[in-house]
This record gives sequence, C-alpha cells and structure tokens, in this order.
Amino acid sequence: MWGRRRRGFGPSGSGAEELRARRREREAALRKARRQEQLVSKRLLREDTAAEEGGQDGAEIVPDPLSEDEVLELLRGVQRASEDRKRSLSRLRWALQNKETQQKFVRLDGSIRTLIGLFTSSLADMQMEAARCLHELSHSSDPAVAEACLPVTSYLLTYLSGHSVEFTELCLYTLGNLVVESEAVRKQLLPQGIIPVLASCIQSPHEAVLEGLGYVLSQLLQAKEAPTEIIPHTANAALLSLGALPALTSLLLDLASEIPQDAPEGLELLVCPVLRCLSNLLAEETDCEVQIQDERLLVALFLILQCFLQQHPFIVQECLWLLNNLTADKPFFCSTLLGLDLLPALLQLLPCSQMASVLVLTVLCNIAEKGPAYCQQLHQQPALPLLLPTLTLPNPEVVGQCLELLHLLFLHWPEAAADFVRQGGHRALEQHQSTPELQERARALLDMVGQPLGASTFSPCHATLSAFS
Amino acid sequence: MLPLPPGLRRRLGEGPPPPTPAPPPFAPPAPAPPLFAPSLLPPLPPPFTFAPRRLRLGPHHPLFEDGDVHRHLYLQGVLTSLAEVAERPKVSEFSCHISGCCQVFDTLEGYEHHYNTLHRNVCSFCKRSFPSGHLLDIHILEWHDSLFQIMAEKQNMYKCLVEGCAEKFKSSKDRKDHLVTVHLYPADFRFDRPKKVKSGPKHVSSPTKQGSSMPMDVSVEMSEQFQVDPMEIGPSEHTEIPRPAASPSSSVPEKRLYKSRIPSTICFGQGATRGFKGPRKKV
Repeated sequence: MWGRRRRGFGPSGSGAEELRARRREREAALRKARRQEQLVSKRLLREDTAAEEGGQDGAEIVPDPLSEDEVLELLRGVQRASEDRKRSLSRLRWALQNKETQQKFVRLDGSIRTLIGLFTSSLADMQMEAARCLHELSHSSDPAVAEACLPVTSYLLTYLSGHSVEFTELCLYTLGNLVVESEAVRKQLLPQGIIPVLASCIQSPHEAVLEGLGYVLSQLLQAKEAPTEIIPHTANAALLSLGALPALTSLLLDLASEIPQDAPEGLELLVCPVLRCLSNLLAEETDCEVQIQDERLLVALFLILQCFLQQHPFIVQECLWLLNNLTADKPFFCSTLLGLDLLPALLQLLPCSQMASVLVLTVLCNIAEKGPAYCQQLHQQPALPLLLPTLTLPNPEVVGQCLELLHLLFLHWPEAAADFVRQGGHRALEQHQSTPELQERARALLDMVGQPLGASTFSPCHATLSAFS
Repeated sequence: MLPLPPGLRRRLGEGPPPPTPAPPPFAPPAPAPPLFAPSLLPPLPPPFTFAPRRLRLGPHHPLFEDGDVHRHLYLQGVLTSLAEVAERPKVSEFSCHISGCCQVFDTLEGYEHHYNTLHRNVCSFCKRSFPSGHLLDIHILEWHDSLFQIMAEKQNMYKCLVEGCAEKFKSSKDRKDHLVTVHLYPADFRFDRPKKVKSGPKHVSSPTKQGSSMPMDVSVEMSEQFQVDPMEIGPSEHTEIPRPAASPSSSVPEKRLYKSRIPSTICFGQGATRGFKGPRKKV
C-alpha cells in the first residue's frame, strides 16, 4: 500500500523491546483519545532523506526550531529568483518539519502567498517542492497553522484533476490533513466543490490516487458535523438502493477466498470496514425487505474468523456483530449455520473475550428463538457442556445472556432442561440468587427445571410448571 | 484454530446458491401441551426479556475500539517495524523530449511530474497548458471558439470554473463574483484572470526582480506581462523561439511577448499536437 514511501520511522538499530514499548504507549494514548472522541490521525508523506536526517538509530529526527530571523531569511530566499531558490525551498521544507518553525513561518507576512505562487508556477520541481512544504504545514496539530492554509484549498482542489500522480497524491493527503484539523477548512471546502472533484478522482486508474481519495473522504466523514452537514440523512437508504449490499457481500467473499493460511499483514485493515458497512446496512430500517440470502457469506465470515483469531482478535467481535445482524430476523442464516456445521466453531469463540462471549450467546439466542427444531440441534451439538462453565463466570452481562439462552432452550426443547439438571447445572444457577441483575431469571429457570428454591417464594401456579420436566 | 468443517472453503468457489432458502432442520413432533391452558395462568411479567434484533452501532461504540486503535496505529506508521526506504534512483541527465521544452531532469519522477503537469491538458490551438481538462475545455470555448463572443452577447456563456457547478454568466467578471461569493474562491485566483483585450506588456523589464519585496511569483509576473490565458498554468514552455532564460528560475524567453499578436490561424511548424491529442485521456 505504501510501497513507495517510508512508513513511519521505525528504529533500525534499537531492540524489539523498545519498539514494543513505544507501541504500547501509542496504543494507550489512542485508547484514551478515542474515549474522549478525539481520535484523529494524520498521514505524512515524506521523502527518504536519510542522508539529511542523519539519524543513526533511525528514530524520528526533527530539525530544531529556527529563529524568526532564520525563517525570514529562508522566505526571502524563496521569493528571490536566483540560483539558490530551489535550495532555499528544500531547506524550508526540511525546516518545516519542526512545529515551532511552522508556526513562525505562517505568521510571516506573505509567506503562504509565496508558497502558493510557487505551488502554482510552471516550474515542475519548484511546484512539487512547494507542495511538500504545504504538506508539512498540513500535518501540524496547531489549528492556527491549518487555518493559515485556507487560501490554498482552491488550488489543491484544482490540481486534483491533473495528471501527475505523485502530485495529485500529495495534494490529496494535504487536503485530508487540513480537513481533519480545522472546521473552517471544511466549511470552505464544501462550497469550493470538493465532492464533485473527489467523485471524478474515483475515475483514476492509479492506486495511489484512489488511496489518497479514500483518506480525504474518511477524514471528511469523521468530522463532528458530518452527520448533519456532510452526510445526507437518507444516505443508507440511498446506498441500499444502489446495490451496496450485494457489492459488499461480493467484496467480502473475494477477500475470504484470497486468504491464504498466513494472511499478509494489513489485510485485516481492509476486512474490518467491509464488516462494519455490511453490518450497519443490514441494521437499516427500510420499508422494503433487504435481504442477502447467500450461504457463502457465512462461509466467508467463518474463514475470516479462523484467519484472524490469533493475530487480530478484534476481528472476532466485529464478525460476531455481523453474525447477529444476519441471524436476528429471518431464519435463513440460522438454519444455514446449523446446516453447514458451523456451530462447533461458533461455540469455540465463547471464551475469546467478554464482548465475544456476549455476542456468541446473543447469536445462539437468535438461533434458539427460531423454535424447537433449532433448539434441538443446539442441544444435540451438544451446547450445554460449553454453556455450563459460562454460568460460573463473574461477569453478570455474560451470565445474563446465558440465562436468556437457557430459557429459550428449555422453553422449546424440554429435554435440554432435563439434561441440564443431570449435569448439575442447577447448582450453578443457585449461586446467582443474590446477584441483583440475575436472581429473578435464575430463579425462574430453576423453577422451569423443577428445582425451585423454595415453594413459598412462588405462587402456586408457578409450581405447576414443574410438570414440564 | 477454529474447528471448521472440512471442505468449507470450496463452498466459496461455487456459484451463487439457488434462490430457495435452505429448509429449516427437521422438526420433531411438538412436545406435549401444557397441563393447564394458558388462560388459567395469571399473567406474570416474565423476567426474560430477550428479543432478537439487528444492532446498529454508532462510530463511538466500544465494540469498535480495538479495531480503531489498530487502524490508527497503522496510520501513525507504528505497525511496520522496518522503515521502507523509498529509493529514487538518479539517472544521468536527460531533457524533455517535447520540442521547445528545455527542462532537464535527473530523476524519472521529476520528469513524470513535469510532463504530466505541463504537457498534458494542452490547448491544441495555442499550446498553453492547464491544470485540468475542465479548465482546458473552458479555455478553448472562450478563446478559440469564434462563435463564443457572438453568443455571449445574447446568452450567459461564461461557465463557472468549479467542477459540478452548472452556472453560467454573461461576463467574466460576473463569473468571478460568483466564484468568490458562492464558492469562496480567493479573489485573486490565479486561474481566473480576465482576458485582456490589448496585448503588450505592462512593463518591459526582466520578469525577475532581484530583491523584490513582493513574492516572486512566476505565473503572476508572466500573466501580467504577456496576456496569458487566465486559466493557464504558466507560460507554456512550448514555444517555438527557445532562448536562454533570463534567470534560472524562469524558463520563459522574453520573445514570448510577441506571440500573442500572431493570429491563431497561422500554424507554426511545431504547431501540431504531435501525438498527444486528447489531453484528457487517461493513460
């Protein structure tokens, strides 16, 4: 994906342990940012300038900030038409990697105007270098710097329709970075016609351009005002009527069929958004019944689960969510799951994580709710030996979902209730009599299996239900 | 490893399934009915509340946290442990093969960018190049269509420069006002300078001013001097009178000054489009 560019600045000399520690730090910071709904990442395309950076251990080498005078000197250097102009511009680009230098630069009178002049000139290499300067500025986390770049946007958009792939790509990432940083930029880009321009970029045969386009779009859609200002209210309905469901299904099938046993790193980044789109589109309330009835979707889902279970467990919960949406309403996928003998695999996912447990149990409930035939198959799997240990987990949400499942099982297939008692399940239920979220349901189940806790607690009518067992 | 049934992958390869859904598993006879008819039982609120439902999750749902974090680690470049060094091999210097263009290059990427920016979207009449096919189209219409001026007197002919906007105007000024007020374009948008009726430079001095306090902007300088089409990128390097540039930064010979007086019907020897017709065609 990023073949031509240098991806990050991974240390070449330092140990793997340091790498892992840095990754853990970043991960913690990202989780924190996400919980505050401030998860934002920008892309930075940077030339391989190892010689310039001179980093021995390959760690990020950012130049020191320049003084006001030094920045001014660089600006003058690029304003003058001289032999040195190109060199000054390169030095400026290098210096702009520093956040303070960026801030000083944009505050100088005429600085952005100068860059725009070079950015729109007919000298291709100056133009490219100016574009790289703008790109560095776009990466700043100071909103003032992003806003200083407001006059640039109309030109960035104009050049998106050009033919130079590298240049277009750079413009796209610069735009994407600016979009994320400043609402003022976004407010301006829409009337400037960003959407039609992006729509024509989609025609590009160049992968790099398409990737950059995806980046801009994703950043636009993540804006906080996106649900009201950018995304039309009827977006999902429009997507559905355009055939998004079959298209996404087909894509998922393709991905699953491509998976070799050792999936290449990065494939999960592609699978994940497809899962999410499918899931949410399926959950859309529409007047017409939107259905995919293709058993291969289930096959694909389980192949994906198998592939990513070890390396990327987060895929499990996302797949299970999709599975829920597939099995909730119509029985087709429930019977397909049973018919394709995928139940053992599903049950195997129970202990993966708390979220996975709840989702697996929910899917099982979806299946059980369909009626006696389904419950029979669940019971004959056998499901109970795997469900019983779940009852002893300390997590009320998981246990609660398990109780719901047992209720459905016993309701439709009383044999399961009998086996449950034989396997000592009622003892596990008794342990929950004092847990507030669980006690009512635990007692009701005990009653169903003919092991009420205490007859006095129940009305006489309840006791007659024991005729079931 | 998940205990998947054997031969599962093969099922992906088969064509789409037959339209009829799979029948439900075989249902055994229903169990014995309850001893008491339901109406005799008092209605008790059942503690079980499960009902199957499709879940729609918003972008901030905790279910997505792990996936999002993973994606952002990738965006931040932490996932690759080794830096992939992008080598740009230098080649021995070569020059652009377009006749009249004197640029030289020492990398292929540099040449690619130059060619794609300056030798595509080229007007076959006047050889000026434009940043996009859209602007080229508008240029041809407004500069080289002999009927344009006539029609413009009767109807709105000046098209908005923004792709996707269908508005038309009766004058270039009206169009510019529209660009500024509706599309929030800068008033000095470089690709929309009005076509000057009179030719001739405003100043004859060299385009390169040393030590000027004004930002030295090649395309601005050029357009004010040489009646360049407002939407042109910059003076085309495509000139039939190549001369050494006045300064290294400007590749436009001053002789360009006179070209604008030459009627467009006169075709110079190198006036043919020479193999790159249809600048809007994608490779």
